Amino acid sequence: MAEKQTTGAAISFAALGKSFEKKGSGQVMALEDVSLDVPAGTITGIIGRSGAGKSTLLRMVNGLEQPTTGSVTVAGHDVGRASAAELRHIRRDVGMIFQHFNLLSSRTVYGNVALPLEIAGVPSAEIKPRVDDLIARVGLEDLSRRYPAELSGGQKQRVGIARALATRPKVLLSDEATSALDPETTQTVLKLLADINRDLGLTILLITHEMAVVRDIASHVAVIDGGRIVEQGTTYDVFADPKHSTTRSFLSGITGVTLPSFIADRLQPERPQGAAQEVIRITFAGRHATDPMLAMLTSELGIAVNILAGAIEEIGPHPFGNLLVSVEAGRGAEARAYLERHELLTEVLGYVG
Amino acid sequence: MSANLINMLLEATLQTLYMVAISGALGTIFGLPIGVYLAVSQRGELLSSPAVNKVLGLVVNATRSVPFIILVVAIIPFTRLIAGTSIGTTAAIVPLTIAAVPFIARLVENAIREVDSGLIEAARAMGATPLQLIRKVLIPEALPGITLGLTLAVVSLIGYSAMVGAVGGEGLGDLGIRYGYQRFMPEVMLAVVIILIVLVQLVQSLGEGLARLVDKRAPRNRGR
Repeated sequence: MAEKQTTGAAISFAALGKSFEKKGSGQVMALEDVSLDVPAGTITGIIGRSGAGKSTLLRMVNGLEQPTTGSVTVAGHDVGRASAAELRHIRRDVGMIFQHFNLLSSRTVYGNVALPLEIAGVPSAEIKPRVDDLIARVGLEDLSRRYPAELSGGQKQRVGIARALATRPKVLLSDEATSALDPETTQTVLKLLADINRDLGLTILLITHEMAVVRDIASHVAVIDGGRIVEQGTTYDVFADPKHSTTRSFLSGITGVTLPSFIADRLQPERPQGAAQEVIRITFAGRHATDPMLAMLTSELGIAVNILAGAIEEIGPHPFGNLLVSVEAGRGAEARAYLERHELLTEVLGYVG
Repeated sequence: MSANLINMLLEATLQTLYMVAISGALGTIFGLPIGVYLAVSQRGELLSSPAVNKVLGLVVNATRSVPFIILVVAIIPFTRLIAGTSIGTTAAIVPLTIAAVPFIARLVENAIREVDSGLIEAARAMGATPLQLIRKVLIPEALPGITLGLTLAVVSLIGYSAMVGAVGGEGLGDLGIRYGYQRFMPEVMLAVVIILIVLVQLVQSLGEGLARLVDKRAPRNRGR
């Protein structure tokens, strides 16, 4: 296994802004003051809803879009100020894969993978061994003479990945590469990307609207909303302690931890008079993530806990859990203080009378 | 039908084929690059140049507005300059080509514009030059559409070639007018019409077959 390069930033966005002219409504800000370093050799995910500006951000890395203000630096080159010829060279160092694959229907699998090499002017004698090698790497040896129309979605994306790797880029951009695939195929494509990142030390910057993709392969994540980066950090930190409401809503989407409707419908923000239950979200992270905290809460403090919903999963090597529970409202503060002392995060969601 | 008439029909068929083949080939040689340029020079496209695009579009439209029979007569001096004569089958190729070029250019333009913009973006992301993008992506991807367009152009040229009798272009159309109509020989007219129908059918089938051959967009039934 090749030694990973983990020093320095492969891609650097500095105070980046992008506005578009829009007929009738003047200037539209797509991105505002975006600063982000993508560490070399990592898989970094940018997550946001459609229209949040993530696609525009990705396209600035290889100069498909030009920044209005600020700069994008890739491996030391300022993309926005590069001449047309310099830009073509930068682009050979930056591979890209697409949601809809964008394979040439007129070329076979082999021909598609060979295209970037032909464009780069690689001598034809060198193209064949390189293409055969790439097709083998993505596991499509038997299909190299087939046309894209004869392939499944997952196979097409494998061709897209082989094609993106053809010129031995240092950076791979992924534009919603798994959004058009079914869940099972998504997993195999994500695994392939993770393998490539590990084996080739390639930096991968991916954009997605699915937190599951970030959870499964990204070591770093940035959350983008309304053209701004609202939260960034290592995936584990962001998952364990999401600060921004957009991040939280993405997270609740994947952990599958939402209140059952019979509770959600009765939830009220203020504690009512009389007997009531306090509904708490507990996030398990850090070294106590695997401890039986709820059982301890009951045995040590005698507080009864109702489990409403929950899930425990892994982010990289770390276990990560999310539980929704309710306790008697009068003892809520006591229970939360106990959990916080054990490095769990708690959040009061409301009360049920 | 006498042996003489059969010979005349045969000769006229060859003349028509000659005129259509040469003007079709010349029309493609000039029309293809113009069509590609019309497609890529639009605002926001690869070689965006809206002013040139507009002027070229106007010239193409103007040429296509002139009824073919008027075009044939109007450009007689030009025809004489190019072909050395304004009369005969070879001379007729000049107006046929002039009519074919803008027609083919528009058909090629439409076929190129049908190419998925995602493919253009992918090629740009690979660092393709505009010329590489045209040669390796746009034309190969538009080839099924271009083939069908050229088929349509050749069929139209067969129709146009019937009118060049006005300048002594001969061919099937001219034979039909001079013998079938002016000399009251309905059997000649019938024979001319039947030959034209067969020719058009052949061209159409051949063109569609070729288009299917180069079209890899739909999965084919790979019988084994």
